[in-house]
Amino acid sequence: MEAASIPRGDRGLLSRSPLARLPDRALKYGLTALAGLILALIVYFFVRLVGEARPAFAKEGVPSFVFGNDWNVGAEHFGALPLLVGTLITSALALLIGVPVAVAAAVYATELCPLRLRAPLTMLVELLAAVPSVVYGLWGIFFLAPKLQGAEQWLADRLSFIPFIGGGLVTIPNYFITGLVLAIMILPIVSAISREVMATVPADQKEAALGLGATRWEMIRLAVLPYCRSGIVGGAMLGLGRAIGETIAVTILIGDAPRLGHHLFAQGYSLAAAIANEFGEAQGLHRSALFAAGLVLFVLTLLVNGVARLLVMRAARGTRSGSAGEEPGGDVTLLADAAAGA
Amino acid sequence: MSPQRASADRLARFAVSPARQRKDRLARVGVLTGTAIALVPLVLIVYYLLRKGLGAWSTSFFTTDPTGNTFFGSSSIGGIKSAILGTVEIVALASAIAVPIGIGVAVWLVEYGKNSWFANTVRFFVDVLTGVPSIVFGLFVYIVLVVGTGSTYAGYKGSIALSLLMLPVVIRSAEVILLLVPAALRESALALGAPRWRVIFSIVLPTALPGMVTGVLLAVARAAGETAPLLFTAAATLKTNFNLGGFMNSLPVQIYKDVTSPTTAVVNRAWGAALTLVVMILLLNLIARLIARRSRLA
Repeated sequence: MEAASIPRGDRGLLSRSPLARLPDRALKYGLTALAGLILALIVYFFVRLVGEARPAFAKEGVPSFVFGNDWNVGAEHFGALPLLVGTLITSALALLIGVPVAVAAAVYATELCPLRLRAPLTMLVELLAAVPSVVYGLWGIFFLAPKLQGAEQWLADRLSFIPFIGGGLVTIPNYFITGLVLAIMILPIVSAISREVMATVPADQKEAALGLGATRWEMIRLAVLPYCRSGIVGGAMLGLGRAIGETIAVTILIGDAPRLGHHLFAQGYSLAAAIANEFGEAQGLHRSALFAAGLVLFVLTLLVNGVARLLVMRAARGTRSGSAGEEPGGDVTLLADAAAGA
Repeated sequence: MSPQRASADRLARFAVSPARQRKDRLARVGVLTGTAIALVPLVLIVYYLLRKGLGAWSTSFFTTDPTGNTFFGSSSIGGIKSAILGTVEIVALASAIAVPIGIGVAVWLVEYGKNSWFANTVRFFVDVLTGVPSIVFGLFVYIVLVVGTGSTYAGYKGSIALSLLMLPVVIRSAEVILLLVPAALRESALALGAPRWRVIFSIVLPTALPGMVTGVLLAVARAAGETAPLLFTAAATLKTNFNLGGFMNSLPVQIYKDVTSPTTAVVNRAWGAALTLVVMILLLNLIARLIARRSRLA
């Protein structure tokens, strides 16, 4: 029996038989194939989407599809400007309202809040991420929009001297209320990323500021905020990406009127809302136009997210060079994504 | 002048001026106000959801299918049984697709791909997937599985759309956790002569399991609340259906359909369904957090 256990031939004493190495190879190549499959899938996805959108682009021409101000299903005329503008206005509003609040909440949680309150506060803000989009829509249209209509009308009257913003009659579904609800929806992710980035500010930097006689606010303004500026901007951009792609809440709240609203408190449309609203009955060229709208939306979110990831990655890398032995770059966003993405 | 007095005077020159103190206080109040504003919507949503949703809840609400009849008051519109079961079925199948693939890719990234250009390309594309709006996933599945096969909507098509949505979340959260498995554990196993696949299956994956479960549950919670990808893949229907090859109702789609109804009773059903959905998602989140706390990693 002794002889049987001693390997013979050209195989070394410690090397495994080819058969025993098989599962290892299989696993390695299998998993590599799986990863490659993901790439192939995305490329295939993009090609098919372009293919389906082609008839609409061919009829209208790409520039006049994107910037034409006429979305007329009956006349088979598709210019997506009202949709694009609706998407951009509401997302911009969401950033304008949501980011300062999110950053304030992050500053409070990391720098000012009593330690005991920090975890519950963080958890409460993240609870907002657990509410599904359709529930935001439901709540917005039946609770928030009617409650705020009076205040919005007052604001619209006061701002009537600014064209495109004030004046006119406030409807219950409108751009403003959509932007407001979107702001609430992006709050958790922007806040989570800001908090993660703020937590990476080295304590000695903050202590140095305090030691030089800075008040708490001066410490935050001089030592914390500049240090995480690009991380916060990146978080805001990720929020923007969310807001641009948000569909159901916007469909419910924006009013689904296929034209440009004349002011901020008028009904409008967005790219995602048009797809959700019209796709069910769309045929032929109309359907192709909706695919084209989807493509525009896809490219838009791709650009915004690309810039966002770049900024957050740079922020994380800046941290790493500051203090060695931190976890790898990017992970800050990943964890925040996983936390806020629920 | 006593020496103490002199030094106190000198110190006073370094004291924070009233203007700076005021600014500090103002800024603190501002930050606190911002935080309070962030919490207001949560309170309002929870309050309103409970008030309206609990009012709609009843035994028959959970045990009957929606009838599609909206004209004769709350007694005849039916409940949300088919929507609850549909959501559970669709999301279960979506998880069954996304979790093995997602963890497989994450294992590949950490154990084999590491920092090769191919691995970084995969990471980049997974990040791209994260940013894709959910409705675009719906369009994709529609193109490939509805137009492509010349057939119509089905529950499993909705599951595939949701699994695409879950995939990046599962991959990236699993990757983060797998990276946290100490290299010493792997090296000891390899040094004892274990082949790579045994190291992965017997050492790496069990160590990372609780953390990965957390990521998976968060992805499931996210998918459960999605409406847009289901609109043109699983469609909406009334009857309870256990066949994933047929039309399938789901909570988010049911809520979306009910929101646009002019009938108060139907809108109330939407509130009840919304509360049900939020409770389901919160439970998943809670379990995820509890497991995360138990985890030895992170």
